[in-house]
Amino acid sequence: MTGSLPKGILYGAILVAGFVAPILFPGYTFSIAGLWVMILLALTWDIMGGQMGYNSLGNVFFFGIGMYTCMIVQVGLFYDVAEYTAHSGAVNVHFAPGQYFTGLTLGLAAAAAVATLFALVFGQLILGLRGPYFAIGTLGVALSAGELFGAWPFVGGGGGVALPTYPGEPDDRAYFFYVLCMLLAVAAFAFLKWLYSTRFKLVANAIRDDEEKAEAMGLHTKRYKNLGFAITAFFLGISGGLYGNMIGFIEPLEVAYPVVTFGIFMIVMCLIGGKGTLWGPVIGATLFHVVRQLTWTYMLGWQWVALGGLIIVSVVFFQQGIVGWMQEKWPEWFGIRVDEKSSMDDGFEAGTAKKEAA
Amino acid sequence: MEAIIKCHGVSKAYGGVIANEDISVEVPPGRITGLIGPNGSGKTTLFNSIVGYHPTDAGSITFEGREISNMTTQQISRLGLLRTFQQTRVYKRMNCVDNMLVSVPDRDDAFWSMFRGYPAESTRRAEQLLDFVGLYQKRYLTSGSLSFGQQKLLEFAMALMREPKVLLLDEPTAGINPTLINGLIDRLKRAVSELGVTLFVIEHNMPVIMDLADNIYCLANGRLLAHGRPDEIQNDERVLNAYLGTHHGSEAA
Amino acid sequence: MLSSLELLISAPVLNVQLLLDGIFIGAVYALAAYGLALVWGVMNLKNLAQGDFVIMGGYLAWMLVNQGMNPFLTLPIVAIAMFAFGWAIYRIIICRVIERDLFTSLLATFGLALVMQQILNQIYGPEVQSINAGFDSLAIFGGMVTVAQVKLITLCITAVLAASLVCFMKMSRMGQAIRATAQDPRAARVMGINTDRVYAFTFALNSAICGAAGVLIAMIWVIQPFYGIPYSIRAFVIVTAAGLGNLPGVILAALGLGVAEQYAGFTLGAQLQQFTVVSLLVVVLLFKQFQRGRKRQVLQ
Repeated sequence: MTGSLPKGILYGAILVAGFVAPILFPGYTFSIAGLWVMILLALTWDIMGGQMGYNSLGNVFFFGIGMYTCMIVQVGLFYDVAEYTAHSGAVNVHFAPGQYFTGLTLGLAAAAAVATLFALVFGQLILGLRGPYFAIGTLGVALSAGELFGAWPFVGGGGGVALPTYPGEPDDRAYFFYVLCMLLAVAAFAFLKWLYSTRFKLVANAIRDDEEKAEAMGLHTKRYKNLGFAITAFFLGISGGLYGNMIGFIEPLEVAYPVVTFGIFMIVMCLIGGKGTLWGPVIGATLFHVVRQLTWTYMLGWQWVALGGLIIVSVVFFQQGIVGWMQEKWPEWFGIRVDEKSSMDDGFEAGTAKKEAA
Repeated sequence: MEAIIKCHGVSKAYGGVIANEDISVEVPPGRITGLIGPNGSGKTTLFNSIVGYHPTDAGSITFEGREISNMTTQQISRLGLLRTFQQTRVYKRMNCVDNMLVSVPDRDDAFWSMFRGYPAESTRRAEQLLDFVGLYQKRYLTSGSLSFGQQKLLEFAMALMREPKVLLLDEPTAGINPTLINGLIDRLKRAVSELGVTLFVIEHNMPVIMDLADNIYCLANGRLLAHGRPDEIQNDERVLNAYLGTHHGSEAA
Repeated sequence: MLSSLELLISAPVLNVQLLLDGIFIGAVYALAAYGLALVWGVMNLKNLAQGDFVIMGGYLAWMLVNQGMNPFLTLPIVAIAMFAFGWAIYRIIICRVIERDLFTSLLATFGLALVMQQILNQIYGPEVQSINAGFDSLAIFGGMVTVAQVKLITLCITAVLAASLVCFMKMSRMGQAIRATAQDPRAARVMGINTDRVYAFTFALNSAICGAAGVLIAMIWVIQPFYGIPYSIRAFVIVTAAGLGNLPGVILAALGLGVAEQYAGFTLGAQLQQFTVVSLLVVVLLFKQFQRGRKRQVLQ
């Protein structure tokens, strides 16, 4: 919209604010880290949901897969996982700092890899479903994963399992995970900013608008769908591993596969901000998270009713979202305009020239 | 000259209703071939069979000597055989330039080609083609906001952007303002002469198809009725009867 | 798991117990699934709040029984109340989303499901409840198999309800209008049918059917505010497997699901019973997709 200098200043300011915020407000480190996680969830949902029109209700599947993979690697590198989980992680196991950080690094890498692998495998099956069937199918996958992990004692079952303790002060721990969450969200944003400048975005949008036409035009729709799904899973897998460690405790239904909390939040945030745009999910996530933090505890149990109401209202009355609404209001800001010039100076003749050259 | 598309004995039935029966058609390269027939005579079904939209029941379809009747739409269109739809289909929430750019053919199947940017010449080519169909001014508008006729022109331009060898057009003039039809005919002819595209056109507007096509196939009740030069078709008793006959039939029913 | 399989083989009469329980519960699923098939077929609405209508009906009946009412008398009252509730929901929310793209209606009904289950939770609390209709159990096969009389009675009620629904759709003026609208809303409008009213009636009727199913569920099983989503999923499994406008298929699929669930619960353990239901959904969807894929078409 404006020059590159003001934009650079904006990005710089956000980064600086991100690093400084938890130092200024140490009591809120966890809350602000949550904001970065929310931004990441919204950004990744938007790849398939907003850009490609494949509305998933079950993206938390990858989140949970990442979380459990990370846990298994972290523990499994140094102990027997079954024995560890049998005691919900309460056995007296000590992880030396070296072990802890090695485990975390490898765990996050494994989380990304395994989640991506699952995306590629499941993608073969469920990306053939369209529209509401895809939404219901992904919902089914996420719900059944939660049930399955709840009945699997090796990973702690329904009772859950605690993760290795951070070797250091609680404040350091909070800031450590805060920075990781922020860097992940920023990396995802930067990656998507680049990705949306390539052919991927155009083909994704084409699939969203008319997949049959895209097929008739010979686009490799399947590859793009698989790719989008894999990218979503990659980032969600890492964030799941991170979030599990930040919380310190994993449990299948509420933490790892939170279909009706995070799974819905990510969609609502995209809808509020404006799906199918780069900034929409970020704006929506920020707004949603701030409002949720401010009001959540004061609503005495009615917060969930309010959340459901918010979904209905945003879906029914404000589906274009903030960025979408701005696009309608000021189309020229987004380059939607009629050109003054009625035709090119050197019309179609170039076409002839090209043919002759060929 | 060797035909670029050859259909031989193509049949297709939808659950007992025979839409195409034993149809043989040849489309010569570098020319405009017309396909006419009363409503429900199986023209669009034949198009769908050629581009792989549904499997055929019998017969062979070759494109440049290659059997394509068992290929999918995507594979066929990558060979350079494209179709446009009777009800226009453009990517409605993207602007015209993006509609054009996404139609640039994949040069190769490399993984990294999915992350390609757009070279300046692609954009330039897109703008030239938009200019060619008269949409240059509106190139930054979302295509869904264009009128039906304009969307049809855009769809045509998108197909040209894909650099097809053969283009199957399903009623290109339907829904287009009559004053613009002459301009469209001119553009179709120029696409053939300047870009070397072969056209195979379904058309209901008789003066248009007579002006446009070099030779015409006429279908009736799912069978091939007649084939010849426009003047031959125009004076063919059977063609006349087919059109009038079905009108009588539909009135009686 | 193996031991429970051996048990089934060594004591075949246990199979009878599982089959009967599956049929009793499956019959109630069939009601909810029929309602879903109705709104899906007529107004192309994929209602994710289906199960929450069921649970809400159950709670209404439970409340009335606590006031001292006969459990069977609550059935018509709940059905009427749910009919009115459904009509109101249609006017407030559904009528604004049915003409829009399908994800809109899916998400809106998901939001509705959240609101309903949370309100129920706020009012009645998260405890599991059930209605005691006060009947004994029949013991057959020398006490190896027990059948609660109330289950037999609900099975009869379900059959009567289903039969009267079929008659209603076939005979009544409204039923005809509904079927006409399902085939082609525009043509129906041209012919002078007020499709908006038909939609409202269809949704309200679905809500009433769900309410009745909820009353029966509360009598033969348990209800809890958060049990709605599994019922929605079950309804989706059944309708997807059976297809729209196929009542015998819906009944068969529902009974099959009920039996499958009982067997899964017995052999794999109660923990995996829910898993069976949701993974069946995925399996059914994939199977349908595979079937269509061979015809170069997709599920739309």
